[in-house]
Amino acid sequence: MIQIMLGISVVLFAITIAIAVLRLIIGPSMPDRVIAMDVVGVNLIAMIGVVSVVYGTKAYLEVILILGILSFISTIAFSKYIERGVIVERKRDR
Amino acid sequence: MNGNEIGEFIGALLILLGSIFSVISVFGIIRLPDVYTRSHAATKSSTLSVLLTLIGVFLYFLFHDHFVSVRVLLGIVFVFLTAPVAGHLIIRAAYRSKVGLADISVEDELYEVIHEDKPMNDEETEDEERS
Repeated sequence: MIQIMLGISVVLFAITIAIAVLRLIIGPSMPDRVIAMDVVGVNLIAMIGVVSVVYGTKAYLEVILILGILSFISTIAFSKYIERGVIVERKRDR
Repeated sequence: MNGNEIGEFIGALLILLGSIFSVISVFGIIRLPDVYTRSHAATKSSTLSVLLTLIGVFLYFLFHDHFVSVRVLLGIVFVFLTAPVAGHLIIRAAYRSKVGLADISVEDELYEVIHEDKPMNDEETEDEERS
């Protein structure tokens, strides 16, 4: 019973990531693609948690933290790039 | 059915509920007309689905292995803190880079607020109000 529920949820997360990749391909503007990438990252976190439960191991739980940090940092970097044109900005004469 | 099996079932039920919320939110991402409404679907309900799923994973490991996973708790706190911030920043960048609204939008109130008393050198004032 529990294995069936976990299998259904893995399939639903796979459908979610597939539709988000579709939006990432056809997205008309740049922020659409960044939002779709954020959705892919966040759902990948949840899917790795479910896969860790299915396999019955605790070794995958570090991956949750690493992927969360990487997804957040990449979204911040892309938003600064879209807004300013640079990622690392240096203070000028001030 | 003893207590541990009931706990595992509650964890699996939360995981299933989170995946259903995730599919609903991604329908919002593929169907809504412009980037601002899409970010509404992406940020709010996607965060809810991921929180439900990670709480389910935490409960499953708590009742199955009697293992309090601090990493999953840290992941829950981190996703709960950073997903709204990331959504806010990317939508702010989208508005500043002049991504248009949908055709069925009625009014853009932020346009009047920003362009009401616009000084000559807007680059400098944007830098000052951000720092």
